[in-house]
Amino acid sequence: MSLSNDRFWLWCAGACYFAGLVLGTVAVLRERKHSRGLMYLIVVAGYILQTTGLYLRGLEVKGCPIGNQFEIFQFTGWSATTLYLVIGATFRLSLLGYFTSMLSAALALVSLSMPAWDATHRVSIFGGNAWIEFHAALALFSYGVFALLALTSILFLLRHFSLKNKKLDGAFAFLPPIVDLDHISFRLLVAGVVLLAASLGVGSVWWLRDVETVPMTKIVVTAGIWVAYAVALGLRQRGILLAKRLAWVCVALFGAALLSLSTISSHKAALPASHALHPSP
Amino acid sequence: MSSPSPLPSLFVVGANHHTTPLELREKLALTAEKLATFQHLAAQIEGMKELAVLNTCNRVEFYGVAGSSHAIERLQAEFCRLSGMPEADFAEIRKLAGGKDAIIHLLSVACGLESQMLGENEIFGQVKDAYEAAQKRQSVGPVLNRVFQKAFQGAKHVRTNTAVNAGQVSVANVAVELALSIFGNLRATRVLLLGAGDIGEKTAKAFQSRGAGSLTVASRTLTRAMELATEFGAVALPFEQMAQRLHEFDVVVCSTAAPHAVVTQSAAETALRRRPSQPLFFIDLALPRDVEPAVAGLENAFVYNLDDLAKIAEKARVARAAEVNKAKQIVDERAHSIWQQIASQVGASPLTTPNGAPSLHQPTS
Repeated sequence: MSLSNDRFWLWCAGACYFAGLVLGTVAVLRERKHSRGLMYLIVVAGYILQTTGLYLRGLEVKGCPIGNQFEIFQFTGWSATTLYLVIGATFRLSLLGYFTSMLSAALALVSLSMPAWDATHRVSIFGGNAWIEFHAALALFSYGVFALLALTSILFLLRHFSLKNKKLDGAFAFLPPIVDLDHISFRLLVAGVVLLAASLGVGSVWWLRDVETVPMTKIVVTAGIWVAYAVALGLRQRGILLAKRLAWVCVALFGAALLSLSTISSHKAALPASHALHPSP
Repeated sequence: MSSPSPLPSLFVVGANHHTTPLELREKLALTAEKLATFQHLAAQIEGMKELAVLNTCNRVEFYGVAGSSHAIERLQAEFCRLSGMPEADFAEIRKLAGGKDAIIHLLSVACGLESQMLGENEIFGQVKDAYEAAQKRQSVGPVLNRVFQKAFQGAKHVRTNTAVNAGQVSVANVAVELALSIFGNLRATRVLLLGAGDIGEKTAKAFQSRGAGSLTVASRTLTRAMELATEFGAVALPFEQMAQRLHEFDVVVCSTAAPHAVVTQSAAETALRRRPSQPLFFIDLALPRDVEPAVAGLENAFVYNLDDLAKIAEKARVARAAEVNKAKQIVDERAHSIWQQIASQVGASPLTTPNGAPSLHQPTS
């Protein structure tokens, strides 16, 4: 693999995230706090490598690299890491770096180890339309936000369990305060809903011009995901869906969002034909 | 009698809770005025080259570098005179060590190994304050500067690499720590103290000392509530209004002597409905309990009673005790390293005690 090969950089990024995962796991098993600075550094290194890989892929496909399942997983992981780098530095939530490493390592390494996901790539899937590309990138970025929301929700559930069941030693001792997790989850929920709404808004303008280009299932699934998150936000604001139940809903919704990725990446045949970027040996 | 020595000696002399009962520690404690007088007197002792005074509720210790054992004897004599304690009595209870043993003692004190509450954190700040005060007075020189600075590094190393200060070991501090795991910081946290029990008061004080946003006191007798409120600089609340205003508080510390629960499930439910996204933390220190057990099952309500807190404190105590040997090993290694660095500046002078006891220390390297 040469340095100009995007997958080389993406493998290196995956290795970095995996190193973060190992560091965090060892610390948790030893019931010691891992160095937050070191974890942040590892994630930054992974992020730079992943950005380089995605940049090279972008040059190759002449657009945002979100043209197949592999790229969508990579881009979603990259989006979640971007947000962690902002949130992690601002709110200094312990264990969030560890969980981000876990998520990014999983998304990066699983997608890299599935050659079929990257066997074909649709070129110019956005028909050279920058707005549609923007719509798609924004939608995937919002998925990154929801990914991070799922992580903060898991941390919330763990902290809630530890406080309710009076299990406060070991790894539980390093969990962030429950109110901080609630505040951050709320902000991420708002951000995700707004970003996906903006993405759908931009997309709908172009879809109305040519309704044949997008499959109905894709529209229903994407809008369904947005509606589900928006309803969760509305219920939270009305004091109906709170704390533990909201956290469970956010985790479940992200699971559903991940499962819907294959539907969302589908496109009608009206677009130019696919070609292989990295044919399997 | 002292014998001439080519090099000055590093020493520590003083009294602490290990050998000195509270009544005597009260007598020996240096008030600000006494401390100033003592420092003035110590500065005039011939041969007393460097000195730092550590004066806390559990210990009065003098760390110094002296050119002769006579200087140390004079220092003790001045201290005893000021405290009104016969020197012979002081000799019975004092801690006296020199050379590497003095360094080991300083390191052990700084990392909480010598504290009454093993591994407590406050002592580190108190040692730092003592050193800074000595620096301001210019009573420390090259030896104590190095010893203290290296001791701080060593103490930090012990705290980072062992669990000797992990967790909280007092009920009040456990309660505060739990509140921090819920609310993150206490700046905006409103605390309600229900009842006037001793342990409740201690817990309320712990919250105040950790910067709680506000404190309100409600007692079944309003006069008592007002008394306590005045003592704490808090607000008094008529007990009858407690249930209606429960939602205004984040932490409720209960320690009434009521024969039945004073926080009912319905009162807690109403309060939680009125603060939907905010948790409510009940610390029930009363016997019989003040909070109905069913409250613990409510979403966003966290209830900890005396047993829960005591169990957490005990676990921390056991965990700390299990780390003592590891911490002591680090302290020994660090002390050895510091001693090697200063061995050329301080010697193995055969210091003698006022009652003619043999030498205090022999250098180990």
